[in-house]
Amino acid sequence: MKKFFILICLLVMYQHGIASEDYYTFNSHEKQQRFESLLSQLRCLVCQNQTLADSNAPLAEDLRNQIYLKINAGQSDKNITEYLVSRYGNFILYRPPFDKATLVLWCGPFIIFLFSMIYLFHCIHNKTKIN
Amino acid sequence: MHIIRTVKFTIPLILFVIIIGFLWHGLKVNPGMIPSPLISQPAPEFKLPQLFYPNETTSNDDFIGHITLFNVWATWCNICIEENDFLLKLTNIENLRIMGLNYKDDVALAKQWLHEHGNPYHVVAVDSSGNTGIDWGVYGTPETFIIDKKGIIRYKHIGPINAAIWEKTLYPIIVQLRNETL
Repeated sequence: MKKFFILICLLVMYQHGIASEDYYTFNSHEKQQRFESLLSQLRCLVCQNQTLADSNAPLAEDLRNQIYLKINAGQSDKNITEYLVSRYGNFILYRPPFDKATLVLWCGPFIIFLFSMIYLFHCIHNKTKIN
Repeated sequence: MHIIRTVKFTIPLILFVIIIGFLWHGLKVNPGMIPSPLISQPAPEFKLPQLFYPNETTSNDDFIGHITLFNVWATWCNICIEENDFLLKLTNIENLRIMGLNYKDDVALAKQWLHEHGNPYHVVAVDSSGNTGIDWGVYGTPETFIIDKKGIIRYKHIGPINAAIWEKTLYPIIVQLRNETL
């Protein structure tokens, strides 16, 4: 139990240690929040299952720097995201936009849900008819 | 009644085939190959010092009138050594220039590396900060862009170039670009 407790403590401390936002200081709380929220929405291209906020990859660090500079230079979230998408594609976004390539991705679940509902009602209807 | 039974059997079968199709496709897709949105776009602007002539710069203007292989490399990239061997064989190809982008590297090490392994580059631009790399959507080394005579990016290859990739994919593009007029 004690060992387990120490392990948990270490994990928490580790998480805290890599919280990259700590290195960046802003002159307003609003900018700080925008920075953190942008980093959590953007994917690291090297270790693809991590956000830019989580990743320790050198590229993620460079991208964090660029975003930091752009926020301080007064650029909007939209400008920054558009810049990164124009360089790295929609892949950098954790939430892909609705377009031709993602049509099935966005609509698929609803279509499956619709057909399941139709099938379900069909089954219920048949059962009640037999009864 | 017979028709209903057939339908009941075929619908799950069709669904099964579709799911297998997606999974099969998923096996073959390499998530490391991220398609570049820069294809068919003018090469992102840059002006960087040259590795061997630090007082001189190189920029997009150097693309005009030539077909260029824009190769992103670094001394810390081990596969780049293997690729460099192959790039050395491409130095005498008609109408083709190889330009290097030395990405996030140490200048002295880079010079020594080229001295040791051979220099396939017409010119090497130095991007110590990696900012030009970000502008070009670089996320690893080596990466190679094919740029046409007008300075427009026509193709991006991720990973090292070898004889098979060159013959199958890259060289046919070069041949096609040669026939285009400025």
